[in-house]
Amino acid sequence: MKPAPFEYFAPQAIDEALKLLQKYGEEAKVLAGGQSLMPLLSLRLARPAVIIDINRLRDLAFIRSEPDGGLRIGALARQRAVERSGQVATQCPLIAAAMPLIGHFQIRNRGTIGGSLAHADPAAELPAVSLTLEAEFVVRSTRGERAIAAKDFFLGYMTTAIEPSELLTEIRIPATRPRVGWAIEEVARRRGDFAMVGVVTLVELNGNDTCQNSRIVVFGAGEKPERVARAERLLCGKRTDEHALAEVAKAVTEDLDPVSDVHASAEYRKEVGGVLTRRALQNAFKRAQKETA
Amino acid sequence: MSSKHTITVTVNGKSYERLVEARVTLADFLRNELDLTGTHLGCEHGVCGACTILLNGEAVRSCSLLAVQADGAELLTVEGLARGAELHPLQQAFQDQHALQCGFCTPGFLMTAYAFLKERPKPTETEVREAISGNLCRCTGYLPIVKAILQAAGKTTT
Repeated sequence: MKPAPFEYFAPQAIDEALKLLQKYGEEAKVLAGGQSLMPLLSLRLARPAVIIDINRLRDLAFIRSEPDGGLRIGALARQRAVERSGQVATQCPLIAAAMPLIGHFQIRNRGTIGGSLAHADPAAELPAVSLTLEAEFVVRSTRGERAIAAKDFFLGYMTTAIEPSELLTEIRIPATRPRVGWAIEEVARRRGDFAMVGVVTLVELNGNDTCQNSRIVVFGAGEKPERVARAERLLCGKRTDEHALAEVAKAVTEDLDPVSDVHASAEYRKEVGGVLTRRALQNAFKRAQKETA
Repeated sequence: MSSKHTITVTVNGKSYERLVEARVTLADFLRNELDLTGTHLGCEHGVCGACTILLNGEAVRSCSLLAVQADGAELLTVEGLARGAELHPLQQAFQDQHALQCGFCTPGFLMTAYAFLKERPKPTETEVREAISGNLCRCTGYLPIVKAILQAAGKTTT
């Protein structure tokens, strides 16, 4: 239950961190808030030769609004700071709503936005939320910077498109369109635990309250958060009536192919995935209807 | 191959300088290097909350931080709550409400509650319950703990 030995570096500047990543590559692990990595080190599920602690890179702790209504969040922004941010609450209330679902406040005091995304736990909220919002991830290495779309970022179980020499520096969230409603629903054993299954939805309504665009993302039910394309298509052109939502929920239950583990059976996850989809869509429709065009 | 680093931390108002191995967690550092054994270690992977302390005023799990990361920080542990023989109001409330039996989880609950009440001095019972949801108790039960925190917040309890 104690970490194995490692070399420790705490760079003071981003360039310094990138040089270290370039030098050590796969031998190194980036330590941000440590709320996932520290347990992995203590359990010796991870035994990196080098730890690059980025907590001194204060330039990466920003939360910024863009003139077009978008939001930029530095990878090192603490989850608690995002939870308390007025800008986030106004410009991206879905993110604000997801924050209290992450662990407990002691964990969010340390845990970072970038850390949760780079760790890519399939049952975590932020990867699913970023996929729903079609966020963009900025990664940097000594060779330069590139942006990765959320749909290309999460590759599998705790695996992302970040190369060993790259550092996640920023998350960009596009501006919310008018008449858009959102919701996040999850079932966990205890408040603050990882979700056994969760659903994030977003609906965009046209003038007569009909859905013209939607996203339905399920997390905790596979190797990574996934959009359920057939359910999204089914919802198009629908208004919020019980029959339509039940049909969409059924499609989610049918299309999920989750695993059974100690937390829940596959059958349970499929069923609950459908139930949560219906609840989330009801809430998302309600929110969208309140928005004016 | 491990690296050693000299760190300076202020714990409960007292400054310490020590040479530490990078892999030592802050909790082990407090207990083994500074002999501040009031901070308890339960799960050692961020689940039970027993090792909660304050780092620069915010509640954190000291098992999920390295001691080297605390270089330059101000820490408050359970040993820093009482003023001499006089218990902190939270500690007194825990005693009054029988909010501890074996006491193993108590330091973590006290530090969690301390940080929580600083931010929310007049909480509702629901808020108290949510605030302690990241701390596990295996014998007393949570009801007396909730009552104790409400008592410390100056709310009447039955």
